Amino acid sequence: MKFLRDLLDKQKPLFEKGGKLESLYYAFEAGETFMFSPKHTTGIKGAQVKDAIDLKRMMITVVIAMIPCLLFGMYNTGHQHLLATGGTAGLWENFGEKLGIGAMLVLPLVLVAYTAGGVVEAVFAIVRKHPINEGFLVTGMLIPLVVPATTPLWQVALATVFAVVIAKEVFGGTGMNVLNVAMTARAFLYFAYPAQISGDQVWTYLGDKMPVDGFSGATALSVVYNAGVEGTQSAVEALAAHNTVLGSGLYEFANLFMGWIPGSIGETSTLMALVGALILVATGVASWKIIVSGFAGAYIMGFVMNLFAVNEYMALPPQYHWVMGGLAFGIVFMATDPVSAAQTETGKWIYGLLIGFLTVIIRVTNPAYPEGIMLAVLFMNVFAPLIDYYVVKANKTRRLQRATV
Amino acid sequence: MGRFSKAHSSKTDMSKIVKLKKGFDINMVGKAKQELADFAQAQTFAIKPTDFIGLQRPKVLVNEGDTVKAGTPILIDKALDQVMYAAPVSGKIVEIKRGDRRKLLEISILADSTITQEQFDIVGLASLDREALAAKLAASGVWPNIIQRPFGIVANPADTPKSIFISAFDTHPLAPDYAFALQGQEKYLQAGIEALAKLTSGKVHLNVDGSKAIPAVFANLKGAQVNKFSGPHPAGNVGVQIHHLDPINKGEIAWTTTPYGVAQIGKFVLEGVYDASRIIAITGSELTKAAYVKTYMGASVSTFVKGNLNSGHVRVVSGNVLTGEKISLDGFLGFYHNQITVIPEGDYYEFMGWAKPTTRLSYHRALGLLSFLTPNKEFVLDSNGRGEERAFVQTGVFESVTPMDILPVYLLKAIMAEDFDEIEELGIYEIVEEDLALCEFVDVSKHPVQELVRKGIELIQYS
Repeated sequence: MKFLRDLLDKQKPLFEKGGKLESLYYAFEAGETFMFSPKHTTGIKGAQVKDAIDLKRMMITVVIAMIPCLLFGMYNTGHQHLLATGGTAGLWENFGEKLGIGAMLVLPLVLVAYTAGGVVEAVFAIVRKHPINEGFLVTGMLIPLVVPATTPLWQVALATVFAVVIAKEVFGGTGMNVLNVAMTARAFLYFAYPAQISGDQVWTYLGDKMPVDGFSGATALSVVYNAGVEGTQSAVEALAAHNTVLGSGLYEFANLFMGWIPGSIGETSTLMALVGALILVATGVASWKIIVSGFAGAYIMGFVMNLFAVNEYMALPPQYHWVMGGLAFGIVFMATDPVSAAQTETGKWIYGLLIGFLTVIIRVTNPAYPEGIMLAVLFMNVFAPLIDYYVVKANKTRRLQRATV
Repeated sequence: MGRFSKAHSSKTDMSKIVKLKKGFDINMVGKAKQELADFAQAQTFAIKPTDFIGLQRPKVLVNEGDTVKAGTPILIDKALDQVMYAAPVSGKIVEIKRGDRRKLLEISILADSTITQEQFDIVGLASLDREALAAKLAASGVWPNIIQRPFGIVANPADTPKSIFISAFDTHPLAPDYAFALQGQEKYLQAGIEALAKLTSGKVHLNVDGSKAIPAVFANLKGAQVNKFSGPHPAGNVGVQIHHLDPINKGEIAWTTTPYGVAQIGKFVLEGVYDASRIIAITGSELTKAAYVKTYMGASVSTFVKGNLNSGHVRVVSGNVLTGEKISLDGFLGFYHNQITVIPEGDYYEFMGWAKPTTRLSYHRALGLLSFLTPNKEFVLDSNGRGEERAFVQTGVFESVTPMDILPVYLLKAIMAEDFDEIEELGIYEIVEEDLALCEFVDVSKHPVQELVRKGIELIQYS
């Protein structure tokens, strides 16, 4: 490593004040601090020692927590492809082929998201003269996980650029943003290119092969929605009867929970999202309060819907909301983004609960949006400061009342 | 407070027991052994005007070459000129050191081999009223031990505080054990508490460590309300204790001091001398011998450190590692410091330092941080900055190490934005730097928290 260090030390004057490449200092600095944690020491006054954590380590923890979802998503992409085209029957048959197909589809998306976002980050860092934000490590991984494997690469690139610029950099970078960056990217795709991220045709990669006879690419959410509209059978029956041509029980609760279903790459498996949640909570990086209250909120609202059910969707057992669509992934990885979430401890409970409520309300009552988590998270991102405002105000009021008693 | 104002005699039935959960103990290598080491006595001693926060217009009363006794006034603040800052030892003024723009940095004294003390007139001191007693104390050199809250500045003798608070234990890393350092001072502590009780319209609160038996030196003190605090650091911080006993609201004034200060005040009251001798802790992982030493306030640390090091590249800290100040190998102990800590200097690069698994101490458990597995281990901590400063990202952490009903991140953001109303409403009157020092340690985004706190205090204080 000495060789690397020497190389960096030799180049450093070029980028420092007065050097030829002074304008690229922050790009150099990002590379340097990535390879070597800096040697600067604590100040003359104040804390003389510092905790071993830094933001890079915190962010990479989130990336690691997403790896189960990524790997599962890759395998499932291949699995769904072979299932739909009649190339496989068993879950673990053709293992290598499935993983290969998945990797071929998913890794380019990841690469494109990281590259597009990384370039934007670097340009902003250089122009605005601020350090490159580690927050991007997380965003770059989140974006590919919330889109279908069939999404065109250029759309992912465009969405990433849009989200990083509009949702983050215009506010001043990581830590200053109001909206979750990855969710903004997904919303951009949803509204700009709905054909590639909604409907029944995008969730399973078919390639140039024909699907088996009787195949339907509808997601669980749209199956349940249609059951609600038609009213001929209960939502659970509709789920069970769906796509039996690919084998029975594709949309039964256990299979939905495991995530062997079509959908956005990283979102299908509730189990893997929970593994991620376990990592995030055990490492203390994400707030367990938001996760718990998010799931609770969805259950409670699903239960309330049951009480007043006028159609089959409203009568859907609440636990199904946990395992359909991207709710679990959204709550675990998006809602818990500390910057765009509520920042007070009381606020976190309210924020998570409302995300759960809203997701189910949007799913059940809004015909235009089969999935509710995206809009629920973005909506609550906007309202999180308001929640905090009242929590902070309560703190101030306690202080004031103490003074006047 | 009016209702209880007569209760400051000997009633202890009002005493409170407070158990705190939030906080974090920084457990370090290099605890002082409970013995007095035979280090050579320091030869030079200094008063550093920069130790006295809020000292506005320092004026030196002596010239280089003058001889002084322990207790001779050598410095005043022209903005509060009844308070004398006295020479800790007798000897010759050897240097009046100034920095940029003639800022006064140090007044150092070469000590006599035997210390002679100014003898103050204490006839009838016991019967003096509040004002007269305060004036006597202010002229004697012991006054700067008394700190005013809000703002953490040297108290104004003209004020009458609503209460006076003394924390009888220090939970900072490697902090001296008062039971050892103040042994044999019972008489002076008692006299000090009685004198302080006269200065307040309310009570004197003596806050002891509730997790163990009250040390003998504090056990029989009368005239103070004894409260018990237990929990991790900062349970020993007087600011935290005030918050739970009788929090400071806008417009109120409370005073604080330490047992060292109480003993010094008590000795003046009983004997009419300014005795700056104290037992301090010499601590830190880089010392061959970590123990206590008897010296005087403002001592040059060189005789305790040089020849006592087990490594070459060190940082000497006057005070503890959370709130202390970096000094040179022959620097001077700060006025409010009763401890020096010697740690490794951390000016090194580390390859992939942010990603490697590490057993270094961390409050967090993020990927690769393993110290939570060994909660009882003593750690060697160096002065490396551990990453670069970033915007606030992680939430809820500062709150979890601040056992007060205060929202540190909101307060710090208000200070950054210089939003005066917010700063005030979010509780700036209740804190000084040390109360949020742990936030600075645990901060993922590496903000200079204590510097910000002082900035916030000054915004309000001078507005």
